[in-house]
Amino acid sequence: MKILIVGGGMGGTILANNLARRLHGELKSGKARIIMLSASDRHMYQPGLLYVAVGRMTPDELYRDQASLLEPGIEFHVDPVTEFHFAKNQVNAQSGKSYDYDVLVIATGSRPMMASIPGLAENAETFYTEETAVKMFKALRNFEGGRVVITVGVPHKCPMAPLEITFMLNDYFKDRGIRDKVQLHYTYPIGRVHSLENVAKWAAPEFDRMGITYETLFNMKEVDGANKVLKSEEGSETKYDLLIAIPAHKGMEVLEKAGFQNGWVPTNRATLHMEGEHGKNVLVVGDTTNLPISKAGSTAHFEAEVIAENLAAVVKMGAPVRDYDGKVFCFIQAGKERATYAMFNYTTPPSPQPPTRAVHWFKTAYNKLYWTSARGLL
Amino acid sequence: MAKKIIDAKGSFCPGPLMELIAGMKAAQVGDELEVLSTDKGSANDIPEWVKKVGHEFIETREEGGVWHVLVRKAK
Repeated sequence: MKILIVGGGMGGTILANNLARRLHGELKSGKARIIMLSASDRHMYQPGLLYVAVGRMTPDELYRDQASLLEPGIEFHVDPVTEFHFAKNQVNAQSGKSYDYDVLVIATGSRPMMASIPGLAENAETFYTEETAVKMFKALRNFEGGRVVITVGVPHKCPMAPLEITFMLNDYFKDRGIRDKVQLHYTYPIGRVHSLENVAKWAAPEFDRMGITYETLFNMKEVDGANKVLKSEEGSETKYDLLIAIPAHKGMEVLEKAGFQNGWVPTNRATLHMEGEHGKNVLVVGDTTNLPISKAGSTAHFEAEVIAENLAAVVKMGAPVRDYDGKVFCFIQAGKERATYAMFNYTTPPSPQPPTRAVHWFKTAYNKLYWTSARGLL
Repeated sequence: MAKKIIDAKGSFCPGPLMELIAGMKAAQVGDELEVLSTDKGSANDIPEWVKKVGHEFIETREEGGVWHVLVRKAK
């Protein structure tokens, strides 16, 4: 069985390694092959960008060589896919080569779309790429006081990021001794400060305690850079001196070209198969799905484990063994020295505990331990 | 004009309203969007947002623990 994994991010890499371990014998005998196509020879630990933006990590700490993370037996090529031909079980890639498959896994991730809001890219700082995270840090370094507005697009990647960056900014300005000169104002698309009701119930009093103001039911419409005003779809406006954006995200362009709206692939919530007539041998993992769950690394991780277990079982027994239950686990960095977490699935909401230093240190350790996760060990 | 189903059952995060906001951006004026939610809060928070932003709320009904909230993109 030839298994083609398109995408070498968190989901694709964890899947490939987990699967390679399960199919060690089959890879050796030639009964199975795992081929990975990626757009890059480097692998980025994307959650680290939050820390780069506030000067707590440097960009070089976020990268490893992709080939060094992969189990022996995985055939790895830096050759981004340019076209999907589902009816022919084949993809075309940038090199001009075609790759065919028995099973395809799409793990291409998502991309920030600062350009989706007029004026946003020109006037806001963000931290979803190395370049923008470094630029944001420099803007923070040069900021001497005024009104900082945090604004959130829909849908966005990492649902904890809006809260986390706000808490981190609070501590950043305190450390610089200028917190009294900075007004932090948080905006959020729905009617509370976070999607998760229990997280919102915890975070709103924290904002009050820290002197962070907030406005809910605020969806970005446009940025008037000349007058430093952010306008919402709901008709309100807010002034800013420094605008920090969690931008809306889209799936990758190659998937939009393939006909998927906004690049999100319709996916069965339990089996993780692509919906539609060609989805029987196509699986989708991570941000790429259209599932109504968090676009987060842990989502990709838990989905990848299910897919690996099922594909291995199909190779060995001819049938998959379990469904994905919607499991997500998100750390919540509640400032520079405290953290908590939220764990939930399709049927059970989270009940986050008050943040502690212990969870913060575990998160700090996980920033390094991630590389064992990517290798499929943790 | 199309009718689109947004299946947000079991969605705690980002949640049904956030799914609708994303779906609304991708829809055309006049399209109907039906959100399926297992969170009874959707029966209140979706109409609240739809009214505030200026879209049209059509109806809410509950079937077997699933709330169906129907709205129309108006602008």
